[in-house]
Amino acid sequence: MNKITSREALINAFNAAKGKLALRCTDIHDINAAKKEILCCGGTGCHASNSQELMENLRKYIKENGLENDVKVIQTGCFGFCAQGPIVKVMPDNVFYVQVTPDDAKEIVESHIVGKKLVERLLYVEPQLQARIHDYAKMSFYAKQKRISLRNCGMIDPEDIEEYIANNGFQALAKCLFEMTPETVVQEVLNSGICGRGGAGFPTGLKWRIAAGVKAEEKYIVCNADEGDPGAFMDRSIMEGDPQSIIEAMSIGAYAIGARHGLVYIRAEYPLAVNRLRFAIKQAREAGLLGNNIMGSDFSFDIEIKLGAGAFVCGEETALIHSMEGMRGEPTTKPPFPANIGGGYWGCSTNVNNVETYASIPVIICKGADWYSKIGNWKVERDEKGHWVKTISGNSGTKFFALAGQINNVGLVEVPMGTTLREIIFEIGGGIDGGREFKAVQTGGPSGGCITKENLDTPIDYGSLMRIGSMMGSGGMIVLSDKDCMPAMAKFYLGFTKDESCGKCTPCRIGTRRMLEMLEAICDGKADEKTLVELEDLANTVKDTALCGLGQTAPNPILSTLRYFRDEYIAHVRDKKCPAGTCTKLYQLVITDACKGCTKCARNCPVGAITGTVKQQHVIDQSKCIKCNACINACPFKAIVKK
Amino acid sequence: MCCTKLSEGAAAKFAELDAFIDGLGIQRTDERRRGRLIQVLHRAQEIFGYLPREVQSHVAKKLYLSEAHVSGVVSFYNYFTTEPKGKYCINICMGTACYVKGAEKVLSEVERVLGVKSDTAPTPDGLFSISSLRCVGACGLAPVMVINGKVYGKLTPAKAVEIVNEYKKLG
Repeated sequence: MNKITSREALINAFNAAKGKLALRCTDIHDINAAKKEILCCGGTGCHASNSQELMENLRKYIKENGLENDVKVIQTGCFGFCAQGPIVKVMPDNVFYVQVTPDDAKEIVESHIVGKKLVERLLYVEPQLQARIHDYAKMSFYAKQKRISLRNCGMIDPEDIEEYIANNGFQALAKCLFEMTPETVVQEVLNSGICGRGGAGFPTGLKWRIAAGVKAEEKYIVCNADEGDPGAFMDRSIMEGDPQSIIEAMSIGAYAIGARHGLVYIRAEYPLAVNRLRFAIKQAREAGLLGNNIMGSDFSFDIEIKLGAGAFVCGEETALIHSMEGMRGEPTTKPPFPANIGGGYWGCSTNVNNVETYASIPVIICKGADWYSKIGNWKVERDEKGHWVKTISGNSGTKFFALAGQINNVGLVEVPMGTTLREIIFEIGGGIDGGREFKAVQTGGPSGGCITKENLDTPIDYGSLMRIGSMMGSGGMIVLSDKDCMPAMAKFYLGFTKDESCGKCTPCRIGTRRMLEMLEAICDGKADEKTLVELEDLANTVKDTALCGLGQTAPNPILSTLRYFRDEYIAHVRDKKCPAGTCTKLYQLVITDACKGCTKCARNCPVGAITGTVKQQHVIDQSKCIKCNACINACPFKAIVKK
Repeated sequence: MCCTKLSEGAAAKFAELDAFIDGLGIQRTDERRRGRLIQVLHRAQEIFGYLPREVQSHVAKKLYLSEAHVSGVVSFYNYFTTEPKGKYCINICMGTACYVKGAEKVLSEVERVLGVKSDTAPTPDGLFSISSLRCVGACGLAPVMVINGKVYGKLTPAKAVEIVNEYKKLG
């Protein structure tokens, strides 16, 4: 691709590239079309399910049928519907195949591409219609979503900058450079109402205004891609599926605050995302969209990647900055804030935003703050010029959630602010796995809290979630059913924060360990009711006294489960029973007289704890049993019970 | 150079690391040279498989930093390890999504079958080491384990053991 040296050159590049997406953006869906594109998901989840081999097979059979000039196989980013991966979409036919294996490639090519006949068995069964459908827009998983920031994920080839340009890529940057001043860019972002999508919810425009107001030669703009919340994969999906949008948005931010250097701090645990981003930066440099005098303007900017090394606390901005400086990732007290001189990278004024926040910026600039602020449930007070004065309630725009846990449709969703949890879990998410009963949903990961069924109709925005004792967090949403034990969930999260505490301040270093010990005692049946009082007291103390966000929010899983599920804690400490039947020290596996003596359990027991003769009731040796539950799953007569 | 504890081929590995560090053009006078440390440690761990003391002191010398600083950084981050790993590194995801889908049972079964605990020394034959990690982002496939970069999803304890046994056969 030629170097883009002016705004006209960008328009020329757009005109030259837009044909690349013609088959994908059309509304005319025709299975008889000769020219086709087969889009395959190339995200981490589908990669793990052999999507690479699937693509190779598709290409092979296309070649065998002599169709390589008409039918192209394209690797895209994540489609979001991870539970049904690997996903294959055929365009312009608009046919969406799910759970496709490498062995299915032959049938797709021969039946669909050559024979013009859909492969029925690979179509998604829509539970509400109980029918196989091919149009993704009619699936309940997609119907309620509003994919604005995820517009390119599952659409373009993330390793081809021309496809990004073909979908209006870098138009927002061009608009900023040639039509707007840095001040008007900041004002536009402020008016859009977008708040930090990393979880804290601080208005992005205000953050930019503070950074822009600092008078300094050397400033930095940082992208926080240290997605440490276990069970969340929003940032990963964007970086894998649409890395150029991060580059464009960081350039816009740099122009607005007056920075020339950008840094992306990314987890080393995401090798695919790191590679995609590296490749995207290289392509942007070659196209002249990073470097000196971008598009012939006075603006120069470049981006460097900094790898993390596995520390949850580095998602906190001061810790992140220390880590980029080659130190232990320990947080420091604010002020000074990173934007202040002395508070940022090497002491320079630094602005840190999250991946998802950046992904929204190009759309806000292109379509305008007015358009964006009407999405969601934002109520706002404005001055006579229409500028933001203060937020009354709600939030604007969309938010991503990574739906996981005991839910049918595990995946990445993007919904307008103000959507209710019920809509997300039961409509988009398709309800609870295995038809079990919904118990709670954990938002905000190890820093958040659980939300029960009484609060399922709460609209999702930062304030509403805080009021019910949870938080937005980065967007991890773990759904729990009646087979999950709440004290054990709290124990799991405290185990995580205990490991991840950096050790700098005492409340967090020692407090998380003591709280974990208490929870272990509760789950082992070794605690009494006094422990609950002490636990609650300590949790409140740590919340009030820890140095940074990690420690201050670490007690949240305890406090919120105590608030909503105290009866479960009481059952553990008073009756020494685990109502969900997951705390292994609080039950025994027993074979009832429903046993027919089929010997299946004994053959499946990995430790040889089950004895008995054929056609007679078997017995479990409790001293050997490790409670792996393999026997329960093996027994055809439901004769093994937890007591 | 003291390479007593490191296996043969250490000299070549140090040479490879030196070539990488020299390529960065780090100057003693550069106050920001410390910012390269984590990048260099990543490369060193790729080359050596782990970061024993000899490697840490070597990095410290090349970057003109104190050994104490390097050691402090290595011990802070989970990604860096000072123990050698087995030929096959089994990483079992203990992220929340995997946890609620029964990752704990997968982990304890693999530990039981191999006879080693996670995050300790490898099996005596040097074939396997087990670690638990926090989320690889493949939550749609939970519970998940990663062996030398290859992801295995939708596991049960029995299925995980089957996969491990396949690797055992490879030797």
